[in-house]
Amino acid sequence: MAGATTFHIGIDHAHRFESKAATRETPVVKWLILGISLTFFVVFLLMPLIAVFVEAFRKGWETYLTALVEPDALSAIKLTILAAVISVPLNLVFGVCAAWAIAKFEFRGKQFLITLIDLPFSVSPVIAGLVFVLLFGAQGWFGSWLSDNDIRIIFAVPGIVLATLFVTFPFVARELIPLMQAQGREEEEAAVVLGARGFQTFWYVTLPNIKWGLMYGVILCNARAMGEFGAVSVVSGHIRGQTNTLPLHVEILYNEYQFAAAFAAASVLAVLALVTLVIKTWVENRAAQSHKDSNRDDAS
Amino acid sequence: MAATKTFRVLPGFNITLGFTLAYLSLIVLIPLSAVFLKTTSLSFAEYWHVVTAPRVVATYKLSFGLSLVAAAINSVFGLMLAWALVRYSFPGKRLVDALVDLPFALPTAVAGIALTALYAKNGWIGQYLDPLGIQVAFKPLGILVALVFIGLPFVVRTVQPILEDLDTELEEAATSLGAHRWQTFRHVILPILLPALLTGFALAFARAVGEYGSVIFIAGNIPMVSEITPLMIITKLEQYDYAGATAIATVMLMLSFTLLLIINGLQAWTSKRTGRDR
Amino acid sequence: MAAQAPARRTLRRLVTAVAFALTAGGALAQTSILNVSYDVSRELYKDINPVFSAQWKARTGEVVTVNQSHGGSSKQAMSITEGLEADVITMNQSPDIDILLERGNLVAADWRKRFPHDATPYTTTSVFLVRKGNPKGIKDWGDLTRAGLQVIVPNPKTSGNGRYTYLAAWGYALDKTGSDAGAKDFVTKLLANVPVLDGGGRGATTTFTQRDVGDVLVTFENEAILIAKEVGGAKFDIVYPSVSIDGSAPVAVVEKVTEKRGTTKVAEAYLNFLFSPEGQEIIASHNFRPRDPAVLKKFAAQFPAIRTFSVDDKLGGWKAANAKHFADGAIYDQIMVNR
Repeated sequence: MAGATTFHIGIDHAHRFESKAATRETPVVKWLILGISLTFFVVFLLMPLIAVFVEAFRKGWETYLTALVEPDALSAIKLTILAAVISVPLNLVFGVCAAWAIAKFEFRGKQFLITLIDLPFSVSPVIAGLVFVLLFGAQGWFGSWLSDNDIRIIFAVPGIVLATLFVTFPFVARELIPLMQAQGREEEEAAVVLGARGFQTFWYVTLPNIKWGLMYGVILCNARAMGEFGAVSVVSGHIRGQTNTLPLHVEILYNEYQFAAAFAAASVLAVLALVTLVIKTWVENRAAQSHKDSNRDDAS
Repeated sequence: MAATKTFRVLPGFNITLGFTLAYLSLIVLIPLSAVFLKTTSLSFAEYWHVVTAPRVVATYKLSFGLSLVAAAINSVFGLMLAWALVRYSFPGKRLVDALVDLPFALPTAVAGIALTALYAKNGWIGQYLDPLGIQVAFKPLGILVALVFIGLPFVVRTVQPILEDLDTELEEAATSLGAHRWQTFRHVILPILLPALLTGFALAFARAVGEYGSVIFIAGNIPMVSEITPLMIITKLEQYDYAGATAIATVMLMLSFTLLLIINGLQAWTSKRTGRDR
Repeated sequence: MAAQAPARRTLRRLVTAVAFALTAGGALAQTSILNVSYDVSRELYKDINPVFSAQWKARTGEVVTVNQSHGGSSKQAMSITEGLEADVITMNQSPDIDILLERGNLVAADWRKRFPHDATPYTTTSVFLVRKGNPKGIKDWGDLTRAGLQVIVPNPKTSGNGRYTYLAAWGYALDKTGSDAGAKDFVTKLLANVPVLDGGGRGATTTFTQRDVGDVLVTFENEAILIAKEVGGAKFDIVYPSVSIDGSAPVAVVEKVTEKRGTTKVAEAYLNFLFSPEGQEIIASHNFRPRDPAVLKKFAAQFPAIRTFSVDDKLGGWKAANAKHFADGAIYDQIMVNR
């Protein structure tokens, strides 16, 4: 199967399956699956989102906008984006490296390594924050050295970035590993045998195959980086206008009984997530377009 | 089996594995070792006393039990949702696809508040469940709802790329050989999806075990009934008891690690059995 | 490759962003002080800070910015012991300041003596919030143990507000029954009526007011007044019990930090401002009971007289009370586990 996984880009993948009898369900089954999965979607995802927006606009557009352009909110948005912009690329590079090593090679302790990569997910966010306090806090391992040299890690931007890195650590890697395992390594081996260098092989052979997985990984990683609350809350210091991220700002507003403003700030996070999806769609369309131009007869 | 353990065609093993291990150590292992070292300030008897207190044990059961149930629910419905997103066209599909990641983007506290608002007895959904005698908010069932919410993207997003990559030829071949649709799914498609599905299950489970922010609003937090393990950690920290907090954290870590290792082993086994991991 | 140009541009932007973040970090070093406080004092200090800054400028010509940090009180205190550079700490229970003395001598040993009223610029107390018209006829602590009644309190394990509530009920029962056994019995019955234990005072408020759970919310007076004013005065009534607890809010200068930063003077002035008539008025307008008799008189309508006892008088001080009631395996845990 690996040989044929090269290009399945299109505006809608569904067409590929729905056009053939062999890959189509009977209408009853189709509508059953659609019905169940969409009900599940509505109850568990759509309703909470609608609740957020309804609350956000309860006091009208004006309150909504005021809540967002307030200096504290703006600085929180900036800090949130900064943390994501630093941590997502780092975890992306790591994810690709880890997936390459794990999926393309056999070695002992592989399952152990994969499980270690999973570990940050199961660490309670509070503990994820606490570990950095134990390391860099005034009473931590490096505490006195840091304070002697007047370097601030926790209760400052570096601590927030570290905590974000930690909680979003596995996303790209765990997205790519099963995908690259499913694809095997024949294509890459063929490329190498034909004289391609390592990076060329990765760029021209592997990357086109894994780009959807990669993109999902980045999207999830980014969404989580922006939404993380627990771990960041421990290392942030909560200084208004300086070390508050957007999720922390939401909590503050909520605790001030400014429900509408709190949900307005929360809706920004939801919108940021939607923006990444719009970018994904745009990339998809562009890729489909260029593919169609270069290779008309292969377009499905 | 093109490559053997002694001869590797592909380059880059040493550098990618080396980087992986270095980065893993720096970001995850060294920080986590701080947790284990902190517990050494307790004697073993003290440690044992902290982690086996009846109230704490009750939270393990609740947290791990509900997390497994939530991951199972997500595996079933997440697979269906991924299937619908890849295989069918329907109005609003882009929107559905986009919103799948929502549970990550919403700060956990917001998710908790929104879910509580929906499922409380005066909420949009709760008001219909209350007459039926079903109480969700402030009960263990509420915790389950929150855990399902936060875990869903994992299953959908791990299964989706595999489904998108799936070749129609395989199914066509199966059909031409006389297989029913269900047989094709059961014997051809599911084995291919299984490793990814197990990964999704593992991740959804792992995430659910540690979750605090969204659960705390909807849980009720009654000792022995609806307290989750992360809350135990917080209460220790409230008393400035780092050692006690890290002690419970180590138990969570070891339990999660063991369960994840089993799931990942299962995943490797299923890949090998279906001959995919070449 | 065409794809490399945007990649390089992104990289450059990334570098700029990081550089910006670093310089922004460096720019914080002008005259500013950081007030680390508990969760619900945000609105109060938001009003205090500009007035103080203006006054300080008029007096000394210096511009000072007061930064605020708020969160769960124990977590905030912990952050300071771990290096959060607070110049002043303003809390709602003294153990959260004592811990700074224990772990690293961050405050003066006699911090209570540095300011009037044991360094507590204001106080509040635990009261009841009931649904409009008080349909369940709740008048005093004794009513809360009635079978079938639902009482909302924040979790005493994670919230200072919850701890005060618990101790207020304990103190009331101690008076009534005259024994610890009687008090334990009473509090056991009360806690049996609690369906939800929210993490903090504001969570409990939301559960009671927005989710319609419970017949009575026990919370701080300032919270109750604020709810009555803001969240829906038409829907709730405040009930004052016959006796309650004195919730004094302590403040201290974190001397180890201020000495290093050279901000001791302004930090002291800031805390002294809280005790000045001007500061006391702002405090009273945020529904906390001021210390200044003249100001209290002015706001008398808002603060009905109520008999209170303090943790020090009746319960042997915070240290003893925490060990006896809230430590792991102590009375509160025993009650909840066997509930």
